[in-house]
Amino acid sequence: MTLHDITATRRGFLAGSGLVISVAIAPKMLAAAPTGVQAGGDATLTPMNAFVKIGTDDTVTVLSKHIEFGQGPFTGLATLVAEELDADWGQMRALHSPTDNKVYANLSFGLQGTGGSSSIANAYEQMRKAGATARAMLVAAAAEEWGVPAAEITVEKGRIKHAASNRESGFGAFAEKAARQTPPAEPRLKSPEDFVLIGTELPKLDTHGKTNGTAIFTLDITPDDLLIAVVAHPEHFGATVKSFDDAEARKVQGVIDVKQVPQGVAVYADNTFAALKGRDALSIEWDLSKAETRSSEELAADYVRLFREPGLEAANNGNVDEAFKAPGLQTVEAEIVFPFLAHAPMEPLDAVFIKAADGSVDIYNGAQFPGMDQTVAAQILGLDETKVRVNTQLAGGSFGRKAQFGSPYMQEAAAVYAASGANRPLKHMWTREDDIRGGYYRPMYAHRMRGAINAEGQITAWEQVIVGQSIMGKADLDETSVEGASNLPYAIPNLKVTSHNVPLVVPPLWWRSVGHTHTGFAVETFVDELFQKIGRDPVEGRLALLTEKPRHAGVLRKAAEMADWGGQVPEGRARGVAVVESFNSYVGQVVEVSVGPDGAPRVHKVWCAVDCGIAINPNVIKAQMEGGIGYGLGAVLFDAVTLGKGGRIIQSNFHDYRSIRINEMPDVEVEIIKSAEKPTGVGEPGVPPVGPAVANAWRSLTGAPVRQLPIVNIVSA
Amino acid sequence: MVTFTLNGQERTFDGDPDTPLLWVVRDFEKLTGTKYGCGVAQCGACTVHLDGMPRRSCITPISMVEGSEVVTIEGVSGKEADAVKTAWAGLDVPQCGYCQSGQVMSAVALLQMVPKPTDADIDGAMAGNICRCATYHRIRAAIHNAASSMEG
Repeated sequence: MTLHDITATRRGFLAGSGLVISVAIAPKMLAAAPTGVQAGGDATLTPMNAFVKIGTDDTVTVLSKHIEFGQGPFTGLATLVAEELDADWGQMRALHSPTDNKVYANLSFGLQGTGGSSSIANAYEQMRKAGATARAMLVAAAAEEWGVPAAEITVEKGRIKHAASNRESGFGAFAEKAARQTPPAEPRLKSPEDFVLIGTELPKLDTHGKTNGTAIFTLDITPDDLLIAVVAHPEHFGATVKSFDDAEARKVQGVIDVKQVPQGVAVYADNTFAALKGRDALSIEWDLSKAETRSSEELAADYVRLFREPGLEAANNGNVDEAFKAPGLQTVEAEIVFPFLAHAPMEPLDAVFIKAADGSVDIYNGAQFPGMDQTVAAQILGLDETKVRVNTQLAGGSFGRKAQFGSPYMQEAAAVYAASGANRPLKHMWTREDDIRGGYYRPMYAHRMRGAINAEGQITAWEQVIVGQSIMGKADLDETSVEGASNLPYAIPNLKVTSHNVPLVVPPLWWRSVGHTHTGFAVETFVDELFQKIGRDPVEGRLALLTEKPRHAGVLRKAAEMADWGGQVPEGRARGVAVVESFNSYVGQVVEVSVGPDGAPRVHKVWCAVDCGIAINPNVIKAQMEGGIGYGLGAVLFDAVTLGKGGRIIQSNFHDYRSIRINEMPDVEVEIIKSAEKPTGVGEPGVPPVGPAVANAWRSLTGAPVRQLPIVNIVSA
Repeated sequence: MVTFTLNGQERTFDGDPDTPLLWVVRDFEKLTGTKYGCGVAQCGACTVHLDGMPRRSCITPISMVEGSEVVTIEGVSGKEADAVKTAWAGLDVPQCGYCQSGQVMSAVALLQMVPKPTDADIDGAMAGNICRCATYHRIRAAIHNAASSMEG
């Protein structure tokens, strides 16, 4: 996106104001609370450009092209705008932008989307330019109104001032006049040393409503005459409906209708309980002829067999085969198997559909790729894309779950709405069982590692084979399978990394930190074993191989310093360390672990150092490290989605797909490395190091390496 | 017909008596601060106060609520509620925010019973509330802050 586009959009907003007003009328039909939040705000706000709107009450509303589901883009993007606008933090607000793959494109993706820890990284300059442009237009308006040179006008904490004539105003009074100014071709941006808001711990914009129950999520949208729909899904991946009997379901008080859809059998009811009760009363025969019928155990055995086959080359430095033939070597080998993981965001997938009087449809959902959802829904509903508005709502977490190419969730939701006849507003929701059993998992992976150590105690060769599904659905090398391994940060002269893409009907998806969820674990536990073999300290050993990687070394050194690595460790506890770069952010962690009363690891403390370039909001960065650590730790300790005998999905809810709980959460201390590099993301990078750090501490404590996840299965086996 | 008090107001419900309190509150009363997260009392997102005690509304049939007082996040008040909400905001506890109504309701109930909770008390009272964003570190700190703020 260029400034030219912003300008064009601004003109579009003004020229099309009649359209904007007609859109604003639609929500009247959902007058009964609570309604969905209309993307982009209403017509009472004056747009300065596609991203900044100013109210007559001096509020500045930033339209976030990225969905807010906890990682802080509302606060982060508003900070970037406020910095260059010289706004006061108290006047800042944030809303989701409308859906537009061009105007609101993620500059890293080329279409609107949130993911890959890219929100701040891609919008850093764009949002600052949006703020600087709006500032220049406000100043130009004030200069015109006051009849003074623009150069004599200052803006500070939301006040426009002309000192010589002692005049002063807020933004609201000049908003309309400012909107008519020609935006500057290239607004001047501040130098980082002049930042007054960036780098400070501003309070988050979305905290209040999330503390008193007033924040509206998709599931909360409850217009009058709402139909609730749930779908009965199969318990095997790839299964389809052979036949069903809905007689009992239709007898349930409140059930309105039952329809077959491509994804299963939909039950429509006047309230949620009736829909769920109706679904329970269905009798469905499933066709398993194309279903996955292997168990996870059988899949793992098939994966491991592929270790011996030639794979796709991801890295080949030096000559690994020759290096392993050198005399006097010690070799270390390891095979590690990773399970399927569900994302299990607190708010399961859901969407609300409301038809307007003109036949167009408003969709309210937690859209990570809203433009794709719009395209898919329009196709299924038989409408032109311009007749489908996707209003992105706050979402109760995602961790990757709501970012799906081709929008398979929206395919189901829209099919259910279409099958209903689309005469009443409809909310389609997944239950927790649908979520845990719904696929789009972090795929299963198997890694085979071999390392060679020469007589001088140097690591001379590293070979790694990675077997698993290609998240991107590729036949050739999928970078997301090997990222973090093929670019191994350690200076080892001979490196070979290969991968095998395994086709499965179990749908795969990225899960918070994607390939690093398994490569980080495999690399960081294996390198630790090599250091153990040669009797090197894990921090010193790593640093010696990271001389060309200053940012890795920086966070590792800092985390070790925070933990007083090498100092006294309480009786019965051991420490482990790991350092992983993901999404261009660097995180080092030291953990302290004991054997818990149930025989599983008890993690007491995590020291975490992060280098994410310029820190926009240190408080949000720390929160993401804390949350990433909890999310990653819970998965490594407890979680697997398992296919049982015949391929049936075993887990179904939080009783058997355990989430980490407060009594299992370690104390976390975070430090941020001061940096002048461009800012990079923090949503995912806190996740990868904690698992291997815990496994390393566990090996040190018990002598047992972790070769299979989750760890709780090993200790209970 | 079930009659109960919701946030101080008398309400009636004449639908299916098996309907969980959660769906009565959300679908029929349109108070949506109380969340669905699991439906089987595993996550605590649906926590309300039933006659002053924290209760998972997703497994509480409305028939059990006859004559009871129900308080949801929209109606919770008093010094503990004020202290908890202020402490939550002070530490910016929420991330996605979806579970936080339940967290706040459990924390308020804890402080009503134990004004100065230990870490073990917090573990005991809050272990039933899952936060997938893992804001637990700040939840613990916020509860301690809330307790301290009530001392003065």
